[in-house]
Amino acid sequence: MRRVGTSLLTVFGIVVVVFFIVRVLPGDAAAVRAGPYANQEMIDRIADKYGLNDPIHVQFADYVGGVAKGDLGVSIRTSQGVTGELLDRLPASLELAAYAVVLATVVGVSLGILAAARLGTWVDHLARVFAVIGSSMALFWLGLLLTFFFAFQLGWFPGPVGRLPIGSEDPRTFTGFYTIDGFLSGRPEIALEAFRYLALPVITLAFVLAAPILKMVRSAMIEALDSDFVRTAKAVGVPRRQILFVDGFRNALIPVTTTIGIVFGFMLGGNILVEFLFSWPGIGRYAFDAITTRDLEALQGFVVLVGVMYVALNMVIDIAYALIDPRIRIGSGTAK
Amino acid sequence: MTGEGIADPGELPPARFVVDRVHVTEEKSRTRRALSFMRSNPLFSIGLGLLIAFVGMAIIGPFLVGDPLLTNPAGMFSPPSADHWFGTDEYGRDVFARSVNAARLDLSIGLAIALVAMTIGSTIGVVSGYFGGRTDEIIMRLTDILLAFPGFVLALIIVAALAESLLNVVMAVAAAYVPYFIRLTRAQALVEREKEYVDAARLAGNRPLRVAFRHVMPNSLGPALVSATLVTGWAVLTVAGLAFLSVGIQPPTAEWGVMVGEGAGDIITGEWWTSLFPGGMIVLAVMAFHFIGDDLTESRT
Repeated sequence: MRRVGTSLLTVFGIVVVVFFIVRVLPGDAAAVRAGPYANQEMIDRIADKYGLNDPIHVQFADYVGGVAKGDLGVSIRTSQGVTGELLDRLPASLELAAYAVVLATVVGVSLGILAAARLGTWVDHLARVFAVIGSSMALFWLGLLLTFFFAFQLGWFPGPVGRLPIGSEDPRTFTGFYTIDGFLSGRPEIALEAFRYLALPVITLAFVLAAPILKMVRSAMIEALDSDFVRTAKAVGVPRRQILFVDGFRNALIPVTTTIGIVFGFMLGGNILVEFLFSWPGIGRYAFDAITTRDLEALQGFVVLVGVMYVALNMVIDIAYALIDPRIRIGSGTAK
Repeated sequence: MTGEGIADPGELPPARFVVDRVHVTEEKSRTRRALSFMRSNPLFSIGLGLLIAFVGMAIIGPFLVGDPLLTNPAGMFSPPSADHWFGTDEYGRDVFARSVNAARLDLSIGLAIALVAMTIGSTIGVVSGYFGGRTDEIIMRLTDILLAFPGFVLALIIVAALAESLLNVVMAVAAAYVPYFIRLTRAQALVEREKEYVDAARLAGNRPLRVAFRHVMPNSLGPALVSATLVTGWAVLTVAGLAFLSVGIQPPTAEWGVMVGEGAGDIITGEWWTSLFPGGMIVLAVMAFHFIGDDLTESRT
């Protein structure tokens, strides 16, 4: 319960910080909205309509009241509710993020275990070099290279035009994931097509995300394999494979869960670059459009949504710890 | 972690580790130690080599290559050749000259960001860890809030909020990394403040702030300094990423992210060199810092 309290406090803090950072954005939002041919009177009318002339504390109170009810305001660019627009785009981002994190976890965990098991050998060195390259990689450049080779040169994957071919019909919405909805709506060809469009952005993201997971698995495994209980297990003749996966990996689970949480959190906001590059119709792309058009409410809504999801995610992870490891109690000050 | 104080027996690492270290450190001189560290940490050596190459490029490179902004309408989009090692872009500008000039800009920005973030973050971190109590509670709450924003998003909205200038880019990206340094230094200060040299300093009559900054801070900087190499790399990536989205540094500045952004459209028509080379420079430069940082972190644990 205390954990929920601190989370709410953090969310409130996020709203405060975002509100004040965004308020100092240069440029007159009302003038942008009114268009190049508007006179001062029209600009004033629009400013009034969106409450832009109210004192800052009134604007703030209005905003916080709205957020509490799940209302993130109205986009000045599209005149639509920001909450609705973000929720429309969220499944596209989540589908991309989910596949990328799963792929990164599979690659990161298996290479991390391999490296720890073969500590100091060339396998280990190779894994470490891979991790450093991954954490040094410029996402946008990697995505560009992959697109050049695999889409334009070899033609194995489609170009960067979004989730499905231009002009094609979306599947009926069940989960918002095209790869699942395609099957559910009885049109598996859409699902397969969706996979082809996901491939390059997912590989781009996973390449970068696998690095921290690999590093964490490796060091946590080294620590676990160096412990007394593993030495005992070896001494009494427990098979090596069993030591590696049962004793080693299970004890490495906690730091690994944390890292995957951090990686997922990074994904929530870090996908702006990849969504921009692949014309992916998700929340990152929405935020980018909001910045270039000085759409305050939309930008603010995006950051609040990302912050809230991140805080919720961390809360879930803390609770997951208690399930994985009975020694951890939530709220007694041991978590974090 | 060579604290000057008398180590608390509870803090000592397992015996095997201590024997290794004592053996190495007592027998050899400083240079010999550095060389043996490099031999046993090849990644560090690769990183150092790369870094020296990049620093050299940043310092003397711009004097050796042509004008990065010189356009040549007759020679646009010429592929890499002996005359233009990295080819030319849509305005006929030499991609090699631009990439080399960008090294100076990108490296200085990266270093400046890491330095600013470390200075501010460690100062707050030491105060938080050493004084504890209310101060610590409030600082950690604020840090949690800032950490709830992915660094890239935080930098993005701050750069967008401030007027676009180089200084603002540095400040915005540095702000995104400050919480990271607060955490690191605070954790170390918590360990240090329990040590006996701190008690000694306090009993000798030093005022609390003096104890915190003259005694605890220098001994708490270790983790932050090691991480500063990693942060420098990430800062270069962040700045280039922002520039790629045309936020922060703008064309026609010779900057790696700007160049990749400008070249992104060219790959559709087959001109891969305008984005491949500057992007490759980003990754190599960041790798230099990360190879160094990774081996340093590895050898500390």
